[in-house]
Amino acid sequence: MIGLSHYLILAAMLFAVGTLGVLTRRNILIIFLSIELMLNAVNLAFVSASRFLHNMDGQAIAFFVIAVAAAEAAVGLSILIAIYRARGTLNVDEVNIMRW
Amino acid sequence: METELIRWIPLSPLLGFIIIGLLNRQLGNKLVGLIGCSSVGAAFIIALSLFSTHVLAGEEVLDNVLTWISSGNLDISFAYKLDPLSGVMALVVSGVGFVIHVYSVGYMHGDRGYGRYFAFLNLFVFFMLTLVLADNIVLLYMGWEGVGLCSYLLIGFWYEKKSASDAGKKAFIVNRIGDFGFLLGLILLFWSLSDLGMPSLSFDKIKPAVSQLDPSTITIICLLLFMGATGKSAQLPLYVWLPDAMEGPTPVSALIHAATMVTAGVYMVARMHFLFDLSPVASSVVAWVGAVTAVYTATIALVQNDIKRVLAYSTISQLGYMFIGVGVGAYAAGIFHLVTHAFFKALLFLGAGSVMHALGGETDLRRMGGLRGKVPWTFWTMFIGCMAIAGVPGLSGFFSKEAILGAALGKNVGIGALGIVGAGLTAFYMFRLLFMTFFGTPHPALPPEGGGIKGEGEKHAHESPWVMLVPLVILAFFSVIGGYLSVEGVLHPFFGAEHPAAEGEGGELVMGLSILMALIGIGLATYLYVMKPGIPQFLAWRLNSVYKLLLNKYYVDEIYDALIVNPIKSISTMLLWKFMDVGVIDNLLVNGSASVVKFFGRTFRRIQVGNAQAYALFIAIGVLLILGHFMWR
Amino acid sequence: MIVTFYIAGTLAIAASLGTVLARDPLRAALSLVLCLLSLAVLYVTLSAHFVAAIQIIVYAGAIMVFFVLVIMMLDPGERKAGGSRLLWAVLGLAVSGVLLALLLEPISVIPEYGGEVSRGFGTTEAIGGAVFRHYVLPFEVLSGLLLAAMIGTVILARKKERGEGVA
Repeated sequence: MIGLSHYLILAAMLFAVGTLGVLTRRNILIIFLSIELMLNAVNLAFVSASRFLHNMDGQAIAFFVIAVAAAEAAVGLSILIAIYRARGTLNVDEVNIMRW
Repeated sequence: METELIRWIPLSPLLGFIIIGLLNRQLGNKLVGLIGCSSVGAAFIIALSLFSTHVLAGEEVLDNVLTWISSGNLDISFAYKLDPLSGVMALVVSGVGFVIHVYSVGYMHGDRGYGRYFAFLNLFVFFMLTLVLADNIVLLYMGWEGVGLCSYLLIGFWYEKKSASDAGKKAFIVNRIGDFGFLLGLILLFWSLSDLGMPSLSFDKIKPAVSQLDPSTITIICLLLFMGATGKSAQLPLYVWLPDAMEGPTPVSALIHAATMVTAGVYMVARMHFLFDLSPVASSVVAWVGAVTAVYTATIALVQNDIKRVLAYSTISQLGYMFIGVGVGAYAAGIFHLVTHAFFKALLFLGAGSVMHALGGETDLRRMGGLRGKVPWTFWTMFIGCMAIAGVPGLSGFFSKEAILGAALGKNVGIGALGIVGAGLTAFYMFRLLFMTFFGTPHPALPPEGGGIKGEGEKHAHESPWVMLVPLVILAFFSVIGGYLSVEGVLHPFFGAEHPAAEGEGGELVMGLSILMALIGIGLATYLYVMKPGIPQFLAWRLNSVYKLLLNKYYVDEIYDALIVNPIKSISTMLLWKFMDVGVIDNLLVNGSASVVKFFGRTFRRIQVGNAQAYALFIAIGVLLILGHFMWR
Repeated sequence: MIVTFYIAGTLAIAASLGTVLARDPLRAALSLVLCLLSLAVLYVTLSAHFVAAIQIIVYAGAIMVFFVLVIMMLDPGERKAGGSRLLWAVLGLAVSGVLLALLLEPISVIPEYGGEVSRGFGTTEAIGGAVFRHYVLPFEVLSGLLLAAMIGTVILARKKERGEGVA
């Protein structure tokens, strides 16, 4: 039987993969995508918990998460566009103007 | 009985100090002199009236000005007490002080620091009066410290002269060493008394309590207090500052270093007589130190060529006599000698000042001579002073010295013998001074060296103005009649029946011996300096090493320098300054902590360089740590 | 059911790895779309029909489209790997690994839940009931958030006018 733990394990793995992407990649776009991945992993956790605990709240929260993710993606990508226009690159190392 | 009048005795000169100190420029020299003298004069008048109405009638007068410290059982107030002992002292301080202030008006005329001089001198009188009138030992100590301060200020009065400022520092520092002992004694006294459950420091309250103290404690306390006395009253081993203190103006030497401040030690021992009575060990230490100092400094005075230095060593010697007196239990005799000494020593110093004034600042005896006709008033008053100090019968010095010698011989023959030897030496060197100054052929007039103190460059000797002569006459008068003032009579009841008048076994023997020594001394001096003036030089040549030893004051200053001063200086320089101050504090602690901070700053700065992913990494690690913590709790 | 789970799950994992490891942002975006779709399937198996629909319509349909649009517009060049990448890769792997372990550990000890869901579980009506009964305030705040996001996006992505610095 597929139980809650199966779904949660899957969610954990997706989350770990997303973290890996955030920490490892240099391209801002890919970092963004990894963040979205992490959000989705969390959504999965909420929805599965909601189903197995017979409570609609989890799905309501997942609904909110999606909406917030939309807003965040919009603003984030605008910033990214602005950075690209200013710096001409999308590499995190190169947009850094602080002296090390 | 209680009154509010006593406080005005010290407060008048304090007011004088404040007014002169603040308004010096506005007042002008004439007013400054007037205020300075009248403040002390007022003190004397108040003291005299209170003394004659109450103390002579047998009452003690108390004035509690304000409570200073009140903490638990401890009560220290600013309280003044007028009893026979403090009354006599107050009269001497204010009376002689007044006379000297008047003299100073003439002596310091034209000096740039005229106002400063009178301010400090008034301040000194305030502290000294506080010292003698204090009702408790803490207030006495305050006065004690205060006179030390004023001594420093006045010795170094001509501070631009290096020798003067050095002398001031020397005086203060050596005094401090003594004060350290005094303070330890005071603390020990207080501590032991509070162990017994009666912590109080006013003399009236200490007196009955001390009999319950442990005898060795009492001895230690007495010795520590006496250590302070050796500093303040210039006895062995802390006397070295007094000869150097002659750098100050001569009236200062007269007041502070002859008549009053240096007597503070004697007064203190007399005040604490109930304590010293309980410790025969401490009392004999006092007496022996006094005796040895008396003879030792008398030998130095024999060959000194500076007129003020002779008088300085003479003062130390006479103080030794006073300590002999209080050391053998004859407190009244000791104080009696204090009083008479104040008269004739102040007279001698002021006279010397008059001589210096006449000669444009010359102090070297070898450059003087034949002044007898030129400054007659000065000569005759100084002659009286010399006779008094030598102990010529009839004059004040004779009576007081005899009282001490009688008591000394009665207690311990050794001390008595030293005293008698000292008397002979005293007579000798004083008349040597007199003869070298006033007799013989006048020295070919030489301009004063080193820009003498007054620097007037007078080429011919002239008598001093009347404002300087009148004090001389007054002091000479008291030097004559001082013996008849029945000082002892007033003081004996105060010290109690345990100290009967100094009637040694051979009362007449003592009298005879002291007269004999006086005559020998005077005679020898006459022979060597009037009749056969070549002989002293011959003797100096024959006994060269002895002569050099005495002339160089037994090299004690040099010994102290080598043994104490220089080691302390090098330790301070190498250890405290170079090692501690520069090495440890500056380099290690201050610069070191800065370097550590710099190092850590530089290292940890690397964490925040704007690399967002690094930040994310750290956040992730933080999350892991928190998760882990919760997981494995 | 079981089969569906495993297929969709595997697909999701594979697609996520594809996102993270892709050389090219476009490929990464497309992998992510695949991952989102697998997740939608999983939502359906969890009787979360409304959420599944929203996932496809909003997430895969709007957000990812936006991503692809931006990728196309910006056309960033190829990037070569740098030297320090290795260190970062190791660190990232380590952290992710530990994270996974830390997350898996409690999951393994949760009790078994189960049971059928009631009728109407996961329907639009059910979501509406939950949101508008219990989460009204967050809902309203969310509208404010969306408004702010809209305004922000417009300002940030504007073409630079004369005298303006980087927005």
